[in-house]
Amino acid sequence: MKGLADLYLQQLKTGVASIVQYRATLVIWLIGNILEPLIYLVVWSTVARSTGGTVGGYGAGDFAAYYIVLMLVNQVTFTWVMYEFDYRIREGTFSADLLHPVHPIHADIAENLSSKAVSLPFIVVAAAGLAAIFHPAFKLSLLAAAAFVPALVLAFLVRFLVDWMVALAAFWTTRVTAINQIHYMAVLFFSGQIAPLTVLPRPLQVVANILPFRWTIGFPVELALGRLTPIQVLTGFAAQAAWLLAAALLLKLAWRVSVKRYSAVGA
Amino acid sequence: MRFLRLLGVFLRVGVMGEAAYPANFLAHLIDSALELGTALAGLALIFAHTATLGGWRPEELIALVGVYFLVGGVIGLVIQPGMEQLTESVRDGTLDFTLTKPADAQFLVSVWRVEIWKMVDVGLGLVVLGIALARLGERVGLAQAAAFVAALVAGGVIVYSFWLILATTAFWLVRVENVLVIFQSVYEAGRWPVSIYPGWLRFALTFLVPVAFAITVPAQAIAGRLTWPALLGAAGFAAALFAAARLFWRIGVRHYSGASS
Repeated sequence: MKGLADLYLQQLKTGVASIVQYRATLVIWLIGNILEPLIYLVVWSTVARSTGGTVGGYGAGDFAAYYIVLMLVNQVTFTWVMYEFDYRIREGTFSADLLHPVHPIHADIAENLSSKAVSLPFIVVAAAGLAAIFHPAFKLSLLAAAAFVPALVLAFLVRFLVDWMVALAAFWTTRVTAINQIHYMAVLFFSGQIAPLTVLPRPLQVVANILPFRWTIGFPVELALGRLTPIQVLTGFAAQAAWLLAAALLLKLAWRVSVKRYSAVGA
Repeated sequence: MRFLRLLGVFLRVGVMGEAAYPANFLAHLIDSALELGTALAGLALIFAHTATLGGWRPEELIALVGVYFLVGGVIGLVIQPGMEQLTESVRDGTLDFTLTKPADAQFLVSVWRVEIWKMVDVGLGLVVLGIALARLGERVGLAQAAAFVAALVAGGVIVYSFWLILATTAFWLVRVENVLVIFQSVYEAGRWPVSIYPGWLRFALTFLVPVAFAITVPAQAIAGRLTWPALLGAAGFAAALFAAARLFWRIGVRHYSGASS
């Protein structure tokens, strides 16, 4: 256990050093992570205003609040392992990682956390700026604030394990861009990114409740905004726990099968 | 005429280079079709709740998506690969060979790389535009069509000049490829009419990163909502920016001293 803690500490340090070196990459992510919620914020507030009321229970100010919180939640939970894996396998750099005596997922988690530690202040400033411009309708409750932190941690873990599992597809085919695109679409529609889930047609909402994506983004956001009843909050935590367990087991299985297939493509 | 012949040669080389990998065509088609499907599904979701978005009717926004793919395809086809190659050649010094060739160097660096698979995006964009036009029906007259073509050309020239100016900064800054990537991530904002964005963002998307001229203005022309003064303004801006880019390019080349051995 102590070995693992040391590993994380060291990876975090190297990660921070490397992200400070590659500042431009950081700027590119930041623009993407700020711009996308901002676009949907504007689109849906425009829709709410033009209908003169609410859409799926959200008014213009509610959409602003929803997407500002979503930006923060997404910042905490998002991953880029799919794109990393594609490169790793094609270029063969994964061969060395596989020889390490610890599971390579730990290095990825640490790298993810260290980049986010560096980029978080910028996202917080952006969120504050958007809050000043768009007049979001926040109503904070103590219960929501207390439950938000564990929900966020679970959301991060579930999203990381699921994305890592999807990324393993790179072991099986060198053309993963189509798989990544489908995964991106599923996240966009079923996580609450393209619209809050209550705005979606009923059948899509049912699908969203079954898939993991809602529990990694939409659920913490709605929780923070105080839009969920205590029963819904408990159901959400149960769903997160179930998906965490399922993803961990599936990943273990998929990992064992995939590594056997591993052959580096590059030199 | 000579320019057209050279452009034809570069396109043919691009086709020949990739013709050996026909499976790539299918892969790119699937990727682009998925992206298009996402965009259209998003529109369907929005218009399930409202009749117009900031005054735009559904078929007009479909036309906008068509323009988004068409222009994005052209950027990816020649502009982006050429400009990326330019910044690389400045860094490693191979631009020397290009500058000594007996054709205009700016023209050469603009068309010397062709990412032929982006033709898929151009094609899909045209199909979507065709569908939108069919649904708009007789509302699109000859004047609108002419205005659309003019606006598209102006938008293309503006985007090209903008990329050239960014890439030319490589003569001084050397490493600018990340700046080019940033344009790509901001381009996504153009999938929606810029008129729905708040003023500061609209300004940025019009003049700092000219997405508005490339996508919204041509789509406005189809919707018959582009006034003649606005079209003239776009054409004037295109001419001015092109001249500025040309001037900046010349200053850059004069500054260039062959970076590498």
